[in-house]
Amino acid sequence: MSTAASSSEAGPAGSLKAQLRRAERLRKLKAFGLVAPLALFLIIVFVVPIGSMLWRSVDNTELESVMPLTTAGLQQWDGMGLPDEATVGVFVEELRDSRQGGGLGRISRRLNYEDSGYRGLLMRTLRGLPSVSAESGGDWTQTLVDIDAAWGETSTWLGIQRAAPATTDRYLLASVDLERDDTGQIQRVSEGERLYQAVFQRTLVIAGGVTLICLALGFPLAYLLATLPARTSNLLLILVLLPFWTSLLVRTAAWIILLQSNGLVNQSLMASGLIDSPMQLVFNRIGVFFAMVHILLPFMVLPLYSVMKGISPSYQRAAVSLGAHPFAAFWQVYVPQTVSGIAAGTILVFIMALGYYITPALVGGPADQMVSYYVAYYTNSTNNWGMAAALGSILLVVTLMLYLVYHRLVNRKQLIRN
Amino acid sequence: MALPPYASPIEKVWFWVFRGVCGLVLLFLIAPVLVIIPLSFSSSSFLTYPLPGFSLRWYEAIFSSGPWMNSLKNSLIVAPLATLLAMTFGTLAAVGLNRADFPGKGLIIALLISPMVVPLVIVAVGMYFFFAQVGLLNSYAGLVLAHTVLGVPFVVITVNATLQGFDFNQVRAGASLGANPLRVFFTVVLPQIVPGVVSGGLFAFATSFDEVVVALFIASPTERTLPIQMFSGIRENISPAIAAMATILILLSTLMLITMELLRRRSERLKGAL
Repeated sequence: MSTAASSSEAGPAGSLKAQLRRAERLRKLKAFGLVAPLALFLIIVFVVPIGSMLWRSVDNTELESVMPLTTAGLQQWDGMGLPDEATVGVFVEELRDSRQGGGLGRISRRLNYEDSGYRGLLMRTLRGLPSVSAESGGDWTQTLVDIDAAWGETSTWLGIQRAAPATTDRYLLASVDLERDDTGQIQRVSEGERLYQAVFQRTLVIAGGVTLICLALGFPLAYLLATLPARTSNLLLILVLLPFWTSLLVRTAAWIILLQSNGLVNQSLMASGLIDSPMQLVFNRIGVFFAMVHILLPFMVLPLYSVMKGISPSYQRAAVSLGAHPFAAFWQVYVPQTVSGIAAGTILVFIMALGYYITPALVGGPADQMVSYYVAYYTNSTNNWGMAAALGSILLVVTLMLYLVYHRLVNRKQLIRN
Repeated sequence: MALPPYASPIEKVWFWVFRGVCGLVLLFLIAPVLVIIPLSFSSSSFLTYPLPGFSLRWYEAIFSSGPWMNSLKNSLIVAPLATLLAMTFGTLAAVGLNRADFPGKGLIIALLISPMVVPLVIVAVGMYFFFAQVGLLNSYAGLVLAHTVLGVPFVVITVNATLQGFDFNQVRAGASLGANPLRVFFTVVLPQIVPGVVSGGLFAFATSFDEVVVALFIASPTERTLPIQMFSGIRENISPAIAAMATILILLSTLMLITMELLRRRSERLKGAL
């Protein structure tokens, strides 16, 4: 097609091309229009809430919102000696005003993260403040020092200065057991306060252990299902699918009943003479493993089964007929063909196990709680939202990265046609 | 995979060991689900075998209990509404995704699937703060919206799977015969993708009917759903009443499983007929 013809609007060929292009554009627009409502809905109800929740992991506006002038003044201060009289004056005024609207509670909670003495100090100061208004002038620094000698120390004001900026990395650092010292250098927190390293370790150990057990149990089962005649395997598949469809809570309750000290498992172990007294099988790590493996096993079996069903048995037979030992044929010929199923199943189970909350909360003990539990705990029980958000961010980033790997492995085209 | 007659003794032993292991794994999977059922008919208030006697007192207990019935009612309000919304939004989106390529499609697909991937506790905390700001905390509307979000990916995926073999020229044919787009959708497209829509809907329903974490955060005692009632029951005092409700839920999941199986058979038959 010559350029002259295609550029001329009047030419019959050009107009056809333009029409086609317009039709194609319209088709794309219509397709997009069908997807847009859901996309918009998810952005508003899902993405934005999670995004703003994660923002709380660096958000540090408690002080700024209650004491805007003080924070501005303190950020000018060079950190030597005491802040100037003007700053101390607005501090006193804003401290008084903070009693209205819950501001005092917010700032004392935030300042207590710096040093647990601030709440008491603020209360004492408020009680001791003379009822003169700020305009009357007077030496506010001296008044404060008279109420509590702590106001005469640089470190007291430094603590408030540290809490003043609108963003902070303290929660994210704390969630990996790091902190900033007084000079701003990052260091590990003292031995006795290292909490989250153990939590993450525990989460990885439980999720990893559950994944490995699921693979060990799921692989033979999937192999059996894939090699049996269709009629039998469909029947046996029901035994996998029924638990899969059964409520998670029902299955968790069932495990508590089975594993309790006078439950069926302990009864049969004692009847068989293996143990004399009931074993503690639930409300500890054993119970967590039993229940989580049971809940997640179908997610391992189903992808393995679908991959194995597509593998022709001829290769293995050929290897055996060429003199390979049946085990060698299985290990070197069959198993490599199942790698995509193994990868899909293990990553899927691992991702799901990482975020577990309900099951460990019900069948585990205090030492079996995973990251999700602490996210919920900081949100509900202590209102330490910065910490909840920081732990949540780490959990989310790890989960999304693993999902990306999963996505690469299980070709996207399988999920959505492009 | 049968054992060939020429198998060596070691192979025979291995064959039966393998089958034994698989049998144990299957037992592990199904036993907990089955064990809980007889306990719900126990006349004792202890969850132990052997059963001292048969009785329906625990079913009577849950059907005459205010909290249990209230939570069941709440779940029966929230789950169908959330399912309906998820089915509508999800089906439209899946059709759109298969209709044409447009810029940013990969990103949008990732967005639509993401509620399935993000750990529930993060969804819960995020929605808790968000709903508190917009006044949806402790409301049925909030719960329905939250459960719609969680159910939508299933609908998108299952409808998309049934659309894989769909020939969009049928839509053109319908339009060229004078039908408006809505009519084309309901008479040409929908009948062919109905298995995907229904199975996605079943997944969405099951999700809402079994969802604890988000509901724990955003619902007040008034909107307490069945899973929360179960959760606090298991946590505080696990009684045969829990077993009775569990049995009812197992019955429900069996029904869902059968429906899924029938849908699968139907679509296989249709594929075979082509």
